Amino acid sequence: MSEEIIEVQGLIKVFGANPDKALRALAKGKSKAEILKETGLTVGINNIGFTVNKGEIFVVMGLSGSGKSTVLRCLNRLIEPTAGTIIIDGTDITQLKEKELRKFRQEKTAMVFQQFALLPHRTVLQNTVFGLEIQGISKKEREEKAIKTLELVGLKGWEDKYPSQLSGGMKQRVGLARALTNDAEILLMDEAFSALDPLIREEMQDELLSLQQKMNKTIVFITHDLNEALKLGDRIAFLRDGELVQVGTPEEITTHPADDYVAKFVRGVDKSKILTAGDVMKKPQPLITLRDGPNVALRIMKQHGISSVFVVNRERQLQGIITVDAAVEARNAGITNLNDIELAHGPKIKEDVPVQEALGVIAESKLPMAVVDEEDKLIGIIVRGSVLAALASINHSFDVQDTEEAMAPPVSVAAQAGSQGGESNE
Amino acid sequence: MNSIPKFPLAQIIDQIVAWLKSNFGQALHSFSRGFSEGIETLAERLLMVPWWVIILIFAFLAWRAKGWRLAIGTIIGLYFIYNLKLWAPFIDTLILVIISAVVSIVFGVPLGIIAGRSRGFHTILTPILDFMQTMPSFVYLIPALLFFSIGKVPAVFATVIFAMPPAIRFTDLGIRQVPVDLVEVGEAFGSTPGQLLFKVQLPVALPTIMAGINQTMMLSLSMVVIAAMIGAGGLGAGVLEAISQLKIGMGFEYGVAVVILAIILDRLFQGIGRSFRTDDNNNI
Ligand SMILES: Nc1ncnc2c1ncn2[C@@H]1O[C@H](COP(=O)(O)OP(=O)(O)OP(=O)(O)O)[C@@H](O)[C@H]1O
Ligand SMILES: [Mg+2]
Repeated sequence: MSEEIIEVQGLIKVFGANPDKALRALAKGKSKAEILKETGLTVGINNIGFTVNKGEIFVVMGLSGSGKSTVLRCLNRLIEPTAGTIIIDGTDITQLKEKELRKFRQEKTAMVFQQFALLPHRTVLQNTVFGLEIQGISKKEREEKAIKTLELVGLKGWEDKYPSQLSGGMKQRVGLARALTNDAEILLMDEAFSALDPLIREEMQDELLSLQQKMNKTIVFITHDLNEALKLGDRIAFLRDGELVQVGTPEEITTHPADDYVAKFVRGVDKSKILTAGDVMKKPQPLITLRDGPNVALRIMKQHGISSVFVVNRERQLQGIITVDAAVEARNAGITNLNDIELAHGPKIKEDVPVQEALGVIAESKLPMAVVDEEDKLIGIIVRGSVLAALASINHSFDVQDTEEAMAPPVSVAAQAGSQGGESNE
Repeated sequence: MNSIPKFPLAQIIDQIVAWLKSNFGQALHSFSRGFSEGIETLAERLLMVPWWVIILIFAFLAWRAKGWRLAIGTIIGLYFIYNLKLWAPFIDTLILVIISAVVSIVFGVPLGIIAGRSRGFHTILTPILDFMQTMPSFVYLIPALLFFSIGKVPAVFATVIFAMPPAIRFTDLGIRQVPVDLVEVGEAFGSTPGQLLFKVQLPVALPTIMAGINQTMMLSLSMVVIAAMIGAGGLGAGVLEAISQLKIGMGFEYGVAVVILAIILDRLFQGIGRSFRTDDNNNI
């Protein structure tokens, strides 16, 4: 299912003149500090290897100075790697000549910057068309495209404003629009939301996730914020001191940290001991009852853009889940009442149970988890991402509702998986 | 102590200049003749234009650059010069200032661009510019005089050398000061070096470059006045005459005319410079 689009092997970057000395020292197994002392050279990153799949959000995490930006900038050679190979879409980009490199940058990658990096002398529209302008696309065509992406990021009507007239959040929307207008497969985002204040940052994260549902880009996202990493990342890579410590899904990282460094990062997640299922669940909407037929189920799923829906009886007690496939099958078989078909059953949890206990189940289950009360009445559902986001959140008073909505698995992915439930973002 | 002989710096310079003169003197001379004829003709033409037309042109530029207040100030100032019967020397000076400034900019800005993009060139250029700027300005008059003899051409030559450094320095600085991430934007989207220069570096550096051009303009004016010593003519000649004959009142009249011209040029360029400064521009 997953097709690799980026494959990095043995990537090393040494800053300073005559990096060969440092390479030899590295081969002998000397440490970064020793090399700095002996040769005066800084090892930015050492022997990094990872792959990124098409359509995934790959997050690179680490403390300041751990080499995150260096890794990202090697991917489009804003920083020239000292050693190693970077294969993107089948081409080793470390071998590209100047002209090929320009073409590669124009067509394959687009970048979003921490400090927005908008050109101050250009309007929002003129900033947004920048990439296409560089490619020599006609004014009419590039502006048409730019206007579309500006609308997509919610900046319709702001085309003629200058960057100095925008708030931070809006500036980064322009930064995002500029990158999206380029229509490149790969988005490189270096702490793109770090300069924004917390509320706006969450908003932008949500926005990115919902855009990602529509556009299905491959995103390499740098951050030093664990919440952000867990919320956005399909997989997360941890860097320490220029070396790769662990790569894994959010679940793997939080449940099996590779070492103390990662463990320290994810310690905040221990709040799972006190957070209960009721704290992290979201409203179970929509619901259908046993009296409804497959046609109603299909209509509701279509309306809400989801691929499965919970079925309850008159007392709101959980009966099961019906998936698109099952509903279609039932309809074709002429069944008109859900009573007559076998419903699927996902994991179930009581409202007051600590989420910790359910983590493993949630991670593995393809169906959303049902939260029920004493009488087995359905009072909420938990989708995979919402738990981790809630657990990682340092601030206890966060708005669970918002976070969860953003964390619902993308509809397109859910549909592929065949039976995964979850609500779409509007 | 006295046993160490004096280093023959003056002789060495003299010899170099003599060598240059004997090898290139002829060529320089004919160039000089052609150039100064050009300037004379231009001055004659401009003097044929009615004085009030020129005042109105300046007023219009002032109005466009900064608004009606500067326009009115310009009209009053220039009329005052006319009234003092200094119109002809004023035009002479104006032409020399503009020619010198334009030549300084035409050479200075590209040099600044190269320096801004190449660390090596920047390192070589900096001490030369320091030297050019700290040398007392009238020292430049001597070689200028030698190469081109007396007249307007050596005046322009000396003025250009004196006035060019800010154009170079500010362009260099402006380009260096373009934030790294803006340059990265250009590169990350696949710009050629030319696109990077014209779409990112120059526009972002423009306010700084304009400040340098403004300084070049001011230095041109001050040098053109001094260059009266080698026959530049214009307002400076009047000042020189007043000094040598101790005519205080006359010196004051010429001095005021120079000041008026300086203020008008300065404000005009500030206005133009500001219109490039997007931050201010946005809020209009
Ligand atoms: N141009 C450079 N010259 C020399 N050393 C550099 C350069 N750029 C980065 N480094 C060094 O390489 C290491 C990694 O830097 P990098 O910028 O990749 O870190 P980072 O993880 O992005 O940190 P931050 O969170 O602060 O942005 C650091 O030790 C840094 O000092
Ligand atoms: Mg960084």
